Parts: sequence; structure tokens; C-alpha cells
Amino acid sequence: MMSDKKGHLLEVENLAVSFDTYAGEVQAVRGVGFHLDEGETLAIVGESGSGKSVSMKMVMQLLDMPPARLKSGSVRYKGEEMTTKSDKEMEKYRGREFSMIFQDSMTGLNPTMRIGRQLCEGIIKHQKVSRAQAEKTAIEMLTQVGLPNPAAIYKRYPHTLSGGQRQRVMIAMAISCNPSILFADEPTTALDVTMQAQILKLMRDLQKKTGTAIILVTHDLGVVASMADRISVMYAGQIIEAGTAQQVFYNPSHPYTWGLLGAMPNMIQEVKEELYSIPGTPPDLFAPPRGCAFAARCEYCLEACLKEEPGYYKCSDGHVSKCWLMDERASEVKPPEGVYTRPRKEASV
Amino acid sequence: MSGQPLIQVNHLKKYFKAGPKAVLKAVDDISFSIEKGETLGMVGESGCGKTTVGRTLLQLYEPDAGEILFKGKNIAGCSRKEKKQLTREMQMIFQDPYASLSGFKTVGDIIGEGLDIHKIYRKREERQDRIYELLEMVGLHREHYNRFPHEFSGGQRQRIGIARALALNPEFIVCDEAISALDVSIQAQVMNMLIKFQKEMDLTYLFISHDLSMVRHISDKIAVMYLGTMVEYGDMEEVYNHPAHPYTQGLLEAVPIADPDYERSNPHHIMAGEVPSPINPKPGCRFCGRCQRATDICSQEMPPLTEVAKGHLAACHHLK
Repeated sequence: MMSDKKGHLLEVENLAVSFDTYAGEVQAVRGVGFHLDEGETLAIVGESGSGKSVSMKMVMQLLDMPPARLKSGSVRYKGEEMTTKSDKEMEKYRGREFSMIFQDSMTGLNPTMRIGRQLCEGIIKHQKVSRAQAEKTAIEMLTQVGLPNPAAIYKRYPHTLSGGQRQRVMIAMAISCNPSILFADEPTTALDVTMQAQILKLMRDLQKKTGTAIILVTHDLGVVASMADRISVMYAGQIIEAGTAQQVFYNPSHPYTWGLLGAMPNMIQEVKEELYSIPGTPPDLFAPPRGCAFAARCEYCLEACLKEEPGYYKCSDGHVSKCWLMDERASEVKPPEGVYTRPRKEASV
Repeated sequence: MSGQPLIQVNHLKKYFKAGPKAVLKAVDDISFSIEKGETLGMVGESGCGKTTVGRTLLQLYEPDAGEILFKGKNIAGCSRKEKKQLTREMQMIFQDPYASLSGFKTVGDIIGEGLDIHKIYRKREERQDRIYELLEMVGLHREHYNRFPHEFSGGQRQRIGIARALALNPEFIVCDEAISALDVSIQAQVMNMLIKFQKEMDLTYLFISHDLSMVRHISDKIAVMYLGTMVEYGDMEEVYNHPAHPYTQGLLEAVPIADPDYERSNPHHIMAGEVPSPINPKPGCRFCGRCQRATDICSQEMPPLTEVAKGHLAACHHLK
């Protein structure tokens, strides 16, 4: 999409994934591209069904094929193509180079295994150390993620821990082999706000210490604002806008992004005033529309939008938008009230 | 009616047995009132008793102590017959739009169930017309009458849930995390609809949610719950702008703001620890273990709700 010749840590190009079901082919991801550099955080934002998680899992080769099918695209990690690797070869990468934090910590951990054994499994496999050594590393990891009394937690089963504690264990497991990319799929969605704040801080602190790159998949724009360096907004299996956090939040250029930002109540808006809302629902990915996928819900829809899919237009350096409105032939439009003029919260002391 | 709140709750308690000697104090002595046409927003983390309050108000749970005055009449522990009458005036919108609609019934029958139970309409056509009207009110179509819930998306199902709650023209609706399971753009649609209906029909809401910005948007008053107790209560603007209780302050601080520059320049003061178990809670202030202001008295005595400003109550021994 906007990759330079210079090598990135991770480069995904034109990724398309479909699922073959009895009802037909679901085109879950339809040409997604992004890149990731060392030590940065890329947030992938979108609503349910927009293909965020499927793209992530495809990058890690975690999808069951079939029913999933890679239609096109490439995933290059440090210049090496990942999509053609066998499961056996991928094992060298998963857990060591890439690791993942899942949304639901109860299903992400094995309920029949003690925390310690689960943690050691990866360490022993990837670092080729003795069990005693692995145990030491594991307890160190548990300490690092801020769990009180790690030696006791080491011997416990997942169900005896709280949601926040389990999420910390997952993070400990994910970072135990010093991965260069951490995939976090809605890591705090299941948690309460105070716990969410703690986990986000932990992730930021660990990133500072280890320099891990993070791909954060989420629908919560508050979380994105506090974590992301760059943002890709997904809709109906495509990235419709990408740029730095500042570009996307302060200068959004795709009507869908306007809608997402406008739909959040802001702290100085009149109470009970109508929220800006996007009408309708996302399209059916069994039969995606011919033109722009967002056209049917877009209040700025042009004739061209229904006929042909727009390409990526460059808004400014590193900021692209997949929208016909950016074309020079399109007339100037004003985004809805309150999106550009979104009040910035004054930093308090 | 003037001067009398629609709902007045006094010293409500609801305990659950959690074992031979374990008592889960889900709601422990809380009092509040809601005026007609107003929204009380109830916030707090999971396990703080928000949902139990909502369900107890609707008599889905029998309270262990305290009274619930609805239009001045105590409805706590009323008979089955009275409960049935109450369903005409109080309804609920549930969190999970997948679990709260029966998969065996058509949308028309789900919405019409209340109408049938209370025998509102004699003629089939009248009943059908009312259901059509409700479907259109919530932005669905007549054609949806004979469909089943599984044919709808989450947002549409929540609309069906709202139509069902409105069918009997209730005065009071408990919205229990009514928008939590929905996507951002759909949340805004549903919120706008709830606010519109409130204005048109003079509805009174108890809006239970953990999403502080949405609660701020719809509420007139807010109540902050922590582990079965109410730690702060007052006018929404007042509580948001001048939170008095350390828990409320921490909770508001923890919400990430969708503004990257702000988030970067203003690191959050993060509240440490997590919510303890509500089973056999220790005496004293429930928040004591996580509180920076805590002193000896906090672990011995439960602080009473005291007025910090007009109509703004907070329960803390160390109010500044």
C-alpha cells in the first residue's frame, strides 16, 4: 500500500482471505496491506466482522485451512515470505518471533494445566533450556507483569485467577520468549476500566523496555488513542484509512472514520443531544457491493462510489484514504459537525 | 404526583447465599430516588451489584430488606398478582441481544407477549397493528413480523428488545448494559433512539452501564457503585466535574480519552489492585484496600453518605 523500498519488520500486501461455507464464499478480508516497524504500535480499528482478527490470524498462519482460504497476498517478516511456510516451519516463528494475546483469557489459557506448566511449555520449546531454568524464567515473567506472589500463581489453575490476573498471565506467556511482534487481539475488551488502564500501562511499559512491536486490534478508540503510533481503520474487509494517530484523530478524511469519531459522546457535548450516527449496517460479505463498500451508508455518496471501488488517495505524508471524495474531480465536502472541531481535552495537572 | 419521585429506594439489601457460611452481599443498604422523566445512570465495575439493583427494582429478585416505593407505594415483596400488574409499568432492556430473545418465537410474538398476557387487545388486527407500529418506531419493518430472532443482527435484535419493552407503554425502563454488546456506530443509533423515546413518552430510565461516557450522555443523575454499596450519588455534571469519592476519581481517570495528544501528555494515575470478592466482605469501607486515603477508621467503620454539595452525596471518611 504505502511501503517504501526500505525493509520493514513486517509487510503485508494485498491480503485476501475467504471462508468457504455451505452458504457460499465469505470474503472476510479483501485486499489488506500494512507494514510495521520495530518498536512501534499499529492499531487496527474496526467494528465486528470487519476482518481485523482474520487478518491478524492470517499473518500468524493461525487459521484453519479449509474453511479459510488465502486468495492472494503476501506476508513478509524480515523480508521472508510467511504464507508459503508449512505448519512445522511456522512453529519456529509462533511464540518466539510472533506471539499473541487473546481477548478472552479464559479460553486463551488451557484450563486443565497449571499456570506454570503452560508458561514453561513455550520457554522450553523455544529456548532449549532445562525445566528448572524454565521455571526460573517463568516466575521472573510473572513478576514482570506485576502479579503479586508469582511463586504461588505458578502453581495455580487459570480458573482460580481473576480476569485481570489471567490477562497478565497471558501477557507473561506472550513475552516470555522476547518476541519481536506482539499481536494483541482486543486485549482489554473483557476487562473493567480500572483493570484496562492497568493492562494498557503494563503493555506500554513492556514495550519501552523490550522494544517489541505491537499490533493492537480493537474497536475502542480511547484505547487506540492511548496506545497507537499509527492507525489503520478497517471496514468490510478492507483498510479504508491509514495514518499516524494524530492524522487519523485530528484530520480524518474518510466518512466512515468521521462516523466512528462522531458516534462517541464527547465530554463537552450537550447531554442528551443527538449523537452522530452512521445509518444502516455493514454490507454482507457473501456478496460485497460492486463499488465502495461503505457507499450504502455514506451520506456523501457520489455516483462513482456505487460503480467503482476507489483506490487509495494520499492525504498527506503517510496518510491515505480509500474514498472518491479525495479525488480531484469530487467537490469539496464538509465533515459532520464536531469531527474536526472535536474539542481537545485540556491536559490537567 | 408533583414533588414525589417515581421511584424511591430506601435501604435496599439483597444477599445471596454462596455456601454454608458464605453470604454474597450483592446490594448492601443503598438508597436513591428517580424523578419521573429522568435517567439515573448507574456505573461501577463488574460484580458491584448494578444489575442486581435493576432486577430487584423490577421484583425479579426479592429484596432481603428495604423498601421500593413506586409512585409512593411500597412494592418490595408484593404478591404475584401485583407483580404481574407492575410489568405494565416497569420493563427491562437486557444486555445480551442474543440470549434475551426466545429463538422459538417470531418477532411479532416476542413483542406481543406482554400484550397477550395483559389481554390488551381483543381483536387480532388491533394487536397486529400495535406490533407493526412498534416495529416501525424502533426502525424495523412490518415484514419482520414473522421472522425469527436469528435472522437479525445484534443491533436489530436490540431494537426488537426495545420494542418489546415499549409494548405496554411502561413508565419506567431498566436498561441493563443495553448497548454494551453493540458496535460503536450501532451504539450511537440505539442511544439516540432511547433518548428520543424518553423525550416523546416521558419515560424514566435506570441506565446501568460501565461505559462512563455513554452514561454521561444520557443521565441526569448518576450513582457510582462499588462492591454492593453506593459510594457517590448526585447530579451528573456535578459528579463528573467534581468527583468527591476516591473511587469515582480513579474510575473517571481510568477511562481512555479518544485524543492521542491528551493521552500522551497526561499519564493516568492508575488505580492499583482489583475489586475484592463480595462474599463475606470485611467491615468498614469496601474500598479501603485500594484507597490511598485509607486510615484506621476506614477498616473499622462503613462511612455514611454525606452531602458534599447540594444533592451530591459521597461515602468516604476523608472527604476533602
